[in-house]
Amino acid sequence: MFEYFYKYGSPRHFYDLSKMFVPWLGGICLILLIAGLTGGLLFAPPDYQQGESFRIIYVHVPSAWMSLFIYVVMASAGAISLVWKVKVADALARASAPLGASFTFLALATGSLWGKPMWGTWWVWDARLTSELILLFLYLGYMALQTAIDDRRTAARAGAILSLVGVVNIPIIHYSVEWWHTLHQGPTITKLDAPSIHPSMLVPLLIMAFAFMFYYAAVVLLRARYEILENERNSAWVYELTEQRKG
Amino acid sequence: MTANSTFAVFLAVLRRDLLIGLRHRSELFNPLVFFFIVVTMFVLALGPYADTLKQVAPAVIWVAALLASTLSLDMLFHSDLDDGSLEQFLLSPHPLIIIVTAKIIAHWLLTAAPLIVAALFLGLMVYLPQSAIVPLLLTLLLGTPVLSLVGAVLGALTVGLRGSGILLTLLILPLYIPVLIFSVATVDNAAKGLAITGELYFLGAMLVLSVTLAPFATASSLRVRFG
Amino acid sequence: MSSLQSFLHMGGYAIYVWPAYVLTFIVLILNVILPLKREGQFFRALVERKKRLEKAQ
Repeated sequence: MFEYFYKYGSPRHFYDLSKMFVPWLGGICLILLIAGLTGGLLFAPPDYQQGESFRIIYVHVPSAWMSLFIYVVMASAGAISLVWKVKVADALARASAPLGASFTFLALATGSLWGKPMWGTWWVWDARLTSELILLFLYLGYMALQTAIDDRRTAARAGAILSLVGVVNIPIIHYSVEWWHTLHQGPTITKLDAPSIHPSMLVPLLIMAFAFMFYYAAVVLLRARYEILENERNSAWVYELTEQRKG
Repeated sequence: MTANSTFAVFLAVLRRDLLIGLRHRSELFNPLVFFFIVVTMFVLALGPYADTLKQVAPAVIWVAALLASTLSLDMLFHSDLDDGSLEQFLLSPHPLIIIVTAKIIAHWLLTAAPLIVAALFLGLMVYLPQSAIVPLLLTLLLGTPVLSLVGAVLGALTVGLRGSGILLTLLILPLYIPVLIFSVATVDNAAKGLAITGELYFLGAMLVLSVTLAPFATASSLRVRFG
Repeated sequence: MSSLQSFLHMGGYAIYVWPAYVLTFIVLILNVILPLKREGQFFRALVERKKRLEKAQ
């Protein structure tokens, strides 16, 4: 059973195997996106307080969920890389970072666009948005460290340590920022999560969340394939691949 | 105590780093002067009135201390990398964790102790209320070791890299945020005469967490970078 | 077609809702296109390197 994992932990087999998965994952993602968007944009009724502006939730919340999920995946891949020295884990971690940063950026940008009609300002230092901003810094720092180290294997392992330090700190940072926010509670109290959300609004949200998950799965494989090529650029099988692509 | 016992090694490295630091005393002054300059910048930007300054005093002092501390992290591993001692530490039969812990303690003694003394004077200069001065020093006492410990991990990850100075700052400041938030809250509360035990316990908890995990992470980082 | 118009109008919030969706899709699409481009560049660079090595022989 473990031979199975070791075999597909090898970059070459991963490269061959992932080629099959990407289109299927992408296809499922597309179907879920269409379902979620029609549900969210067409069928869900307008919100009592926020009118149509609440529809931003269908891209804002899944982005925020993904931004956290991807960091955990990145840190887990890092841990696997450090403990079991699995090369594919290196590639998956490095491939995940730009995706995580993208989703964090989207969470912030769509949050800002949602905040303007809701609270009247483009930016508000509410606990969740502030935590997301800090998360963006963590992602950017990880990517900066990766590009600063020339040797890709060392870069991956250094990044693994950094992401593990980050993953330990994220709950602490989040708790601290929430606590900080209650200290400085202004006149506006943010009501980002309604206690009860109607199913016709909730179901498209969940579908969009799954759509984003499948998107991540498809695209991280796509990016990881490229990272593996770079990691293994001097090996024979990559050399042979260029033969195949030429002819 | 034999010449090769672990504790002897710990003391030897501690003594070495302290001696080297004290020999280059001018290097130790730089973060201190930076501390004063940053606080002065804030005062120049905010205006000299006691009412404004009193309100922002804890925040200004802590941000300045944070930045000064981050600047001083370079001296932890950089010169050892340059003169080959780092390689010797990595090859040594003694546990890297012990060596690293000694270095961190030396670094803290050399850089944080002056900062804490300076904070006393700076606190008075920015009209920090009497009731908040001792709490300020307490938060620095609890917080600066965390800065040294977490800084050691990231310093080990980035030592010798292109642009490591700003890269280290970029990586480390998000991780310092909890210390900053709770320290400033402690001093703010003390200034208003409120209780500060909860916040101090949290700072203590972060210190304990860092002391437990950081030396191991630092040693691992050095091994990852340099074998 | 007034229902299409009111759909696009989004109850007056159109300038917030649509940029949010458009931005999301731009970012998602870029994250697919850029890696594919880079993979193509990678192989092209490798092919050129091979040609240079073969010529040198």
